[in-house]
Amino acid sequence: MPLFGKARPDPDRPDGAPTLIKRHSAFTRLWHWVNFACLIILLMSGLQIFNAHPALYWGKDSHFDSPALSIGAERDASGAWQGITRIGGYRFDTTGVLGISGPSDDLERRAFPAWATLPGPRWLAKGRQWHFLAGWIFAPMLTAYLLYLVFSGQLKRRLLPRRDEWRHLGETIRDHVRLRFHHGEEARHYNLLQKLTYLLVLLGLLPLVVLTGLTMSPTMDAAWPWLLDVFGGRQSARTLHFICAIGLLAFFLVHLALVLVSGVFNNLRSMITGRYALHPELSPAQPHAPSSALPPQQEPRDD
Amino acid sequence: MTKPTDSGRRRFLTRSLLAGGATLLAGCDALTRSDAMGKLFETSSALTQQAQRLLASRQSLAREYTSADIASTFRANGTTNPDEAAYRKLAENGFRDWRLEIGGLVERPQAFSLDELKTMPARTQITRHDCVEGWSCIGQWKGVVLGDLLDRVGVSDQARFVVFHCADRYRGGDAYYESLDMLEAYHPQTQLAYALNDADLPIANGAPLRLRAERQLGYKMAKYIMRIELVESFANIGRGRGGYWEDRGYNWWAGI
Repeated sequence: MPLFGKARPDPDRPDGAPTLIKRHSAFTRLWHWVNFACLIILLMSGLQIFNAHPALYWGKDSHFDSPALSIGAERDASGAWQGITRIGGYRFDTTGVLGISGPSDDLERRAFPAWATLPGPRWLAKGRQWHFLAGWIFAPMLTAYLLYLVFSGQLKRRLLPRRDEWRHLGETIRDHVRLRFHHGEEARHYNLLQKLTYLLVLLGLLPLVVLTGLTMSPTMDAAWPWLLDVFGGRQSARTLHFICAIGLLAFFLVHLALVLVSGVFNNLRSMITGRYALHPELSPAQPHAPSSALPPQQEPRDD
Repeated sequence: MTKPTDSGRRRFLTRSLLAGGATLLAGCDALTRSDAMGKLFETSSALTQQAQRLLASRQSLAREYTSADIASTFRANGTTNPDEAAYRKLAENGFRDWRLEIGGLVERPQAFSLDELKTMPARTQITRHDCVEGWSCIGQWKGVVLGDLLDRVGVSDQARFVVFHCADRYRGGDAYYESLDMLEAYHPQTQLAYALNDADLPIANGAPLRLRAERQLGYKMAKYIMRIELVESFANIGRGRGGYWEDRGYNWWAGI
């Protein structure tokens, strides 16, 4: 693989020892973990709220006979309950998870199962309380973090792709698909895929999930009527809010998987203490690095 | 020593996971019910109210739609056909004997018949009804602007809330009631509606009179209104939280 930069081993340490760099500022780390807690609460309480009317529509109001998505329970030919999810014109049997769930001797008719909602039992009032409480932490923190990214210059320095990076897009995708991650000097900066993903989440999904959430509030619609125009109506906003939430869940799962496979200890440390270790890479750029000089735990691809 | 079989191990793991998950969920539910969380939830709702009051001016209007947007059937929710004897009697007679009483902290307590209300200046508005459950429905309402009616009876300076007492007992339980503060009560779109989509208000939607508070969620908009009471505090009404659903854990502030 060409274009590997040279890792700079610490001159005071034996050749091949990792270099610790400061990767995440205190505010980034704080925001990350607060956000993690908020998003879990928001997702689970959001599913509780969704369960109160498990259907999504497009437009200003609800066309009850033609939802874009609906989750419900129907009896099959033998009279047994089936969980049925409809998306557009398609019908899916989702018994056990969506529509009908719970222990086999105590099946419950509910859209999302008890393990996915906060609180567990059907309880819209408390689901809303959790949702708005977490929202009050999540939305101001997001605003502060976005301002911080812009004004500290981090948005430009760390996240906006440089023009030359686009040329290596194919290569970066190939590396990701093969789960080959850089651990040396290359890992000092986010690669293009990371940059694009974080930009999509930070400037796309996260602000969108807040704004579509606000659009569902009748008082906010009176205060900021443009919200209704931007999102095409309250029910469209509700649908977009749901799609954003699913998008964020997907991001979370992929993020978690990549954190695990690309050096979980190093990644976690960088998000807790801020320090991230760069390991010199075995690569064509360092053809003479003797592999025997590397202690086993410092193997470039030790994970 | 016998090694556990794979399926045994799997069963053990599944059970541990389920038990762990159940403990976690039970913990969340205990937390949900705790006093400390209750206080936090109240703080957050108060914050929402203050923030929304700051952003939405006194007069900012809920969007009004065109007749093309009106839903073919306006969805009815909650009580849709009160079975209280007194109400049935009024309904059988086309609500000719029904009177809206306005009392409490007012200068001139008064009762209005439906015809009297209909002769007063009316406002017609096509608005979107947003249910706390998540759905929305658009309908055209016609009624008396609540502020006009309050001015007729003269609200005393002490009054802080307008309480709406209703004829229905949801699922045979407590009597339905709701409350607005003076700011929302005097909002230009807040009205007592007697007509829906150019026809007399159907029983399912709250006949003979229901509240429209267009910047709030549906549960605020009391149906089957019998009596309006102006109060300084609603602590002694119902369970003291300002409304039937508020008494059951929903926020008094229903702007979100």
